Amino acid sequence: MEGDIVQMGAYIGAGLACTGMGGAAVGVGHVVGNYISGALRNPSAAASQTATMFIGIAFAEALGIFSFLVALLLMFAV
Amino acid sequence: MASDQATGGLQIHPMDQFIVKPLFGGDAIHWYTPTNVTLWMALAVVCVVLLLVIGTRGRALVPSRVQSIAELAYGFVYKMVEDVSGKDGVKYFPYIMTLFIFIVFANFLGLIPMAFTTTSHIAVTATMALAVFFFVTILGVVKNGIGFLSLFWISAAPLALRPILALIEVISYFVRPVSHSIRLAGNMMAGHAVIKVFAGFAGVLGVGAVFPLAAITAVYALEVLVSFIQAYVFAILTCVYLRDALHPHH
Repeated sequence: MEGDIVQMGAYIGAGLACTGMGGAAVGVGHVVGNYISGALRNPSAAASQTATMFIGIAFAEALGIFSFLVALLLMFAV
Repeated sequence: MASDQATGGLQIHPMDQFIVKPLFGGDAIHWYTPTNVTLWMALAVVCVVLLLVIGTRGRALVPSRVQSIAELAYGFVYKMVEDVSGKDGVKYFPYIMTLFIFIVFANFLGLIPMAFTTTSHIAVTATMALAVFFFVTILGVVKNGIGFLSLFWISAAPLALRPILALIEVISYFVRPVSHSIRLAGNMMAGHAVIKVFAGFAGVLGVGAVFPLAAITAVYALEVLVSFIQAYVFAILTCVYLRDALHPHH
């Protein structure tokens, strides 16, 4: 078992970066859950807000993407 | 990653499907070499042409099936641009329609077994995202001049907070092409890699392979949905950026 400790650290860091997925999951779930609860209260206004929901999902997801980016950088760039 | 020598009985190479290969033998890839990326992108363009040019050739008053699909796609994107970007954003509708239809077809063609997903490569999506970024920035500066900078100066916030918010806004503005491109590429790559991992399980389980096969079916159905939604998200974010460029005042 030889191999340098830097690479081990990079792999551990890449794995840890995957915890960012959980944060993105919470964010996206929150956005969609609130959309659904709002839509059930006032179904007639729901259709006009679908685009807003997707924009919200995209912004919540962007932070999860940065953790993926960190993982990629650790795996291939460090 | 995929080149690691796995010594166990279970050998899964979920990332091998994303390797760019020249079509006509050889290993060298130059900028002019036709590769599988070129092939599948060209097929996506052919599909777009078949749907939107050949399919609507009849211009029938009562549309045929293909023509009504094309009309639905047109109406869907048109309404999205009108709702999100506003009336003066409609002028840039052809660009967003082009992006949306191309990404939809590239995603869906990638779902065919043994096909190559061009949108799973960051090089492909980053090109589109950077094109959107430069287009929107140049448009904003041309339309609003120095007033475009008011996008970063939020006049609704308290004065003491504005410099901090301006810094955050500038950072988030320049991060846009990164998240815009990696969102699409990451979603497509991850989904296809998951399918390949389950396919690898199915290969070694024998009769028990019905469970991974059921999982593949479920993930595949999810991927069909994700393919469409990611194209939609890419297009709608382009609309949002376009709105910011046309109306930078908060």
